[in-house]
Amino acid sequence: MWSRFAFFLLAAVTAAAQPAQVLTVSAPLRTSAKRGGEMTLKLTIKLKDGYHVNSNKPAEDYLIPLRLTWDKGPFEPLETVYPAPRLENYSFSAKPVSVFSGAFEVTARFRVAPSAPTGITALSGKLRYQACTDKMCLPPKTVDVKAPVEVH
Amino acid sequence: MQFRLLPALALCLSLLGAACTSSASRSAESKSTLKAPKQRRLAPDFALKDINGQTVRLSDLKGKVVLLNFWATWCGPCKIEIPWFMDFEQRFKDRGFAVVGVSMDDEGWEIVKPFLERLKVNYRVVIGNEEVSQAYGGVESLPTTLMIDREGRVASVHVGLVSRKEYEREIQELLDVE
Repeated sequence: MWSRFAFFLLAAVTAAAQPAQVLTVSAPLRTSAKRGGEMTLKLTIKLKDGYHVNSNKPAEDYLIPLRLTWDKGPFEPLETVYPAPRLENYSFSAKPVSVFSGAFEVTARFRVAPSAPTGITALSGKLRYQACTDKMCLPPKTVDVKAPVEVH
Repeated sequence: MQFRLLPALALCLSLLGAACTSSASRSAESKSTLKAPKQRRLAPDFALKDINGQTVRLSDLKGKVVLLNFWATWCGPCKIEIPWFMDFEQRFKDRGFAVVGVSMDDEGWEIVKPFLERLKVNYRVVIGNEEVSQAYGGVESLPTTLMIDREGRVASVHVGLVSRKEYEREIQELLDVE
């Protein structure tokens, strides 16, 4: 009972990102899935006011994209859907910069292995991002993402 | 009669101008963003390699005013400042001034070298590390720029993008102190 509670608590606050808490990621407290079926997971990402991260497809090659990757396990990643980015003009770039800011969702779709163990399994991955304001940037950061999945 | 008044008028105007200039310079002095010399601490020394593999030591630059800029290729605001620093290096190097860029790119020269070549950066750049970052109080936000006086002391610290004029004013002020 307590271990399950601790597991859910861990999933609720998965990424206490930078020292200044610039970015947080939260996963649903529980996601249900069937062996051999497909499953969708929605992650909510929140950025501190005034900050943005580069989108998954920044316009300039020197900018570090937001990227969600998943560890190997019984959940095979099929697709990751990022929201439509905002195109912002900054004085350092000739082209508009493709960014995410505020709160947004990233949806990931998985196929559950027929041999996946039933019960609660941790789905784990990593979110890499690089945050800036219009005046300064923080170093790229990779945070752990964890979501409990109940497999039937 | 009117012509005889002209020299007096000119004198009055020049005195007024001088008073205005004096007042303006006093105002500029009072707005100095530099720390008072007594409040300045020695900048931590470092020995880091430049693009040619030569060691750059901050202590070797003692006697010069140094603009020490922590930056990275992925930092957009840093890109705005680089052309300013190139201009400062060009204009002030003969007066005892040097810019040193400390790149905080994890990938090192592999990514920094082509970037510097593309921008034709004319000042010394070294690759930073965690040790240097910690020595300077844990450089987290980029750009972070320090103005170092001729005695090797930190005269100002700027976190984030600062105006070109502010840097220029500080450089001039530090260079004017012999």
